Amino acid sequence: MSTELKLTAKDFKSDQEVRWCPGCGDYAILAAVQSFMPELGLEHEKIVFISGIGCAARFPYYMKTYGMHSIHGRAPAIATGLAVSRPDLSVWVVSGDGDALSIGGNHLIHALRRNVNIKILMLNNQIYGLTKGQYSPTSEQGKVTGSTPMGSVDYPFNPLSLALGADATFVARALDTDKPGLTEVLRRAAKHTGAAFVEIFQNCNIYNDNAFDFVRDEKENRLYLKHGEAAGETGITHDETDLATAFALSRVTYDTHGVVPLGVFRDVQRDSYDELIAAQLANAKGDGDLQALVGAGDTWSIS
Amino acid sequence: MAKPVEQLDSVVIRFAGDSGDGMQLTGGRFTSETALSGNDLATFPDFPAEIRAPAGSLPGVSGFQLHFADHDILTPGDQPDVLVAMNPAALKTNLGDLPKGGTLIVDTDAFTERNLKKAGYESNPIVDGSLDGYQVHAVQLTAMTVGALKEIEGVTAREAERAKNMFALGLMSWLYGRSTESTKQFISTKFAKRPEIAAANLKAFATGYAFGETSEAFAVQYEVKAAKLTPGRYRQITGNVALSWGLLAASKLSGLPLFLGAYPITPASSILEELAKHKAFGVRTFQAEDEISAVGAALGAAFGGSLGVTTSAGPGVVLKSETVGLAVTLELPLLIIDVQRAGPSTGMPTKPEQGDLLMVLFGRNSESPVPVIAAAGPGDCFYAAIEAVRVAVTYRTPVYLLSDAYLANGAEPWLVPDIASLQKIDVEFARATGEKFQPYQREPETLARPWAIPGTPGLEHRIGGLEKANITGNISYDPENHDLMTQLRAQKVAGVKVPDLEVDHQEGADVLVLSWGGTYGPVHAGVRRVRAAGGKASHAHLRWLNPFPANLGHVLKSYDRVLIPEMNMGQLLQLIRARYLVDAVGYNRVTGKPFKAGEIHDAVEAML
Repeated sequence: MSTELKLTAKDFKSDQEVRWCPGCGDYAILAAVQSFMPELGLEHEKIVFISGIGCAARFPYYMKTYGMHSIHGRAPAIATGLAVSRPDLSVWVVSGDGDALSIGGNHLIHALRRNVNIKILMLNNQIYGLTKGQYSPTSEQGKVTGSTPMGSVDYPFNPLSLALGADATFVARALDTDKPGLTEVLRRAAKHTGAAFVEIFQNCNIYNDNAFDFVRDEKENRLYLKHGEAAGETGITHDETDLATAFALSRVTYDTHGVVPLGVFRDVQRDSYDELIAAQLANAKGDGDLQALVGAGDTWSIS
Repeated sequence: MAKPVEQLDSVVIRFAGDSGDGMQLTGGRFTSETALSGNDLATFPDFPAEIRAPAGSLPGVSGFQLHFADHDILTPGDQPDVLVAMNPAALKTNLGDLPKGGTLIVDTDAFTERNLKKAGYESNPIVDGSLDGYQVHAVQLTAMTVGALKEIEGVTAREAERAKNMFALGLMSWLYGRSTESTKQFISTKFAKRPEIAAANLKAFATGYAFGETSEAFAVQYEVKAAKLTPGRYRQITGNVALSWGLLAASKLSGLPLFLGAYPITPASSILEELAKHKAFGVRTFQAEDEISAVGAALGAAFGGSLGVTTSAGPGVVLKSETVGLAVTLELPLLIIDVQRAGPSTGMPTKPEQGDLLMVLFGRNSESPVPVIAAAGPGDCFYAAIEAVRVAVTYRTPVYLLSDAYLANGAEPWLVPDIASLQKIDVEFARATGEKFQPYQREPETLARPWAIPGTPGLEHRIGGLEKANITGNISYDPENHDLMTQLRAQKVAGVKVPDLEVDHQEGADVLVLSWGGTYGPVHAGVRRVRAAGGKASHAHLRWLNPFPANLGHVLKSYDRVLIPEMNMGQLLQLIRARYLVDAVGYNRVTGKPFKAGEIHDAVEAML
């Protein structure tokens, strides 16, 4: 489906100078997304990237598509309005762990439960980068940061468990530097009709360097999930259509099992929100005659 | 034998009862019958926020006041001529408003020891003489209703008792010679699925009517002739319905599909419910997870070329502020509707106030100008919605539309508009010209930037909350550019063309009464009273609060004294004094009830 347009990664690079810190994991993710975009088989103008606030939220500026860099946590809400009113567009949300899970947590879970046709890429670096290194809702307990000099006492979110708890129809995980794995997940997410939630482990080399070394560097700890096959030594046979299996795999961590599952955890089909809304509009009774509406019911004449 | 008929030029009736007594329904039906009689009318439904406060308690009292007349009227009336009190609590909370000599109809069956105690009465006011001075009609409303319904099968005693409001409606319908057909039809339709309940209510209604005809307690019947209004076809309408239909009209006139993002909140929810019914008009209603999502989705839809609208009340509007600020800097059309209620915080959810003016003008971070329009009456909500959309779309800006809890639920006769004669709203989406697209290149006349929607080839661009360079829209931290962009945003809103202020000038008047928003009716009625008593006062009413009409300064300076009545602590007053250096004075009351014409009259008189 992609070859007719003959677009390349270069066609998706905007003219804006990329301003992330040198060495940031975001560069690799941007490159992977730009490389993948031609596969969508869509013209630039049919693609929209929407973000909130944070380092990851600068993403839309660098994409030669339509884009909006909005406000903190609200990207899923704004994207919902766009996706519902414009089903012809491919709408992507790029967010971070603070943006998506803290200030925007409510919008995220509701966009997922409604199955709005948007693709959410959550770049998880387990830290607040743009505000200079405070702990985030995915930071491990005990994290020493500027705002937690004695260590954070918060228990972290498991983003995939949260998304599955919200009944997300597509849930996946990838690594910033693992281009083939990330591309495959993007491909599957793009194919999915409805909400797709993708967690991408992303290294912040300034405020939380080496957070994911156990799976970025130590490749033997990567557990690539394959539908219908045993998930490593976990004793779980993967079934992308089974919520309980997906949830069980979301609890498999480096700490518990010494491995990190990557790839698609859940992929089920369900009517998307915009499809359901469109169907109601199509099936609505009446002919949209405003003159008839304002004159209906009890009226009287004065001469 | 027909009873004598006495002519009246206007009547104010108040129905008051327990929240569960169906007073809003009763008042609404009486209003419909009255509208069909051709009277001018104004209503004031006044109900508690609690859905069913404890039965018989003072906070649980729900009221509905209706003013109807053979001439044009502007308010639901300062005080009732007739009070229908369905229980002791209703009597206790409303009797103070009934002038001595007024007519009082009470349901004696509800005046039990238990109910009297709940209302704080130590003895029964019906028999202890404390109602001397009123024309009291003590009617066994409940007993007569239950008695009349005995023969209807399948109706429980409780259901029979609940039909007593229809008995009261029937009685009042007789007393004022209302046509009963529309109510009979209404009951049959409403209870179509439960024929026995329909039969019970019809019977109760007919029994109440017959009771008026035959009982010696009512010696005369009254008649209020049809009013002489502008010729045409009329219907009755409430503010929230008018507002919803105005949005449908704006969608049609602009050719933009309507997208409403909303989170349920009193007193705005009925706009969401009304629009949700009209999917055949291509309306997408989105009941969001919260207020922030509601406005965010509306803005997202606007980015995509829809008519993005969000509706709320004060406590919800507060939550939307950040997104409205984003819309200011994105320069996209967006309509935010604030149906104001008494505050601060949760305040009094069902009661009107004008306390949000300064919030919608200034309640955002930094310099963030937004045009503001306020509807003047229930029917005007229709036209205010169209005007607000015209400005939002023409200037690519968020616009605030202010209504209030009184306009939202209050009804008035409304001249059915001729949709074909409404002026189109021109919309032009940007198209590629072959030159490099500049997202912040402005139209010279309006200073609006291009509305370039996704899906348009060649116009791919990125916008955001960070400051943008003039013309290119690229991120910019340049000091001079920020100053320029701030000026441009301000100039754009200041340059919005709004109609000149019309003054109802009285020859020789040196006092101007300046009002805005939902107080038009009582303020103008108050000014009329001043004039009727021989005083001289002019009246002007503002619909656009930002920008102000160009002639406002000139108008203000044409008078020696300016009185600004507001249901707040003086918000417009501050603006007028600061902007025009006019020594205006305020009349400020925040009771949660609309102004009375009498208090406005007194305030004006005091200035003469």
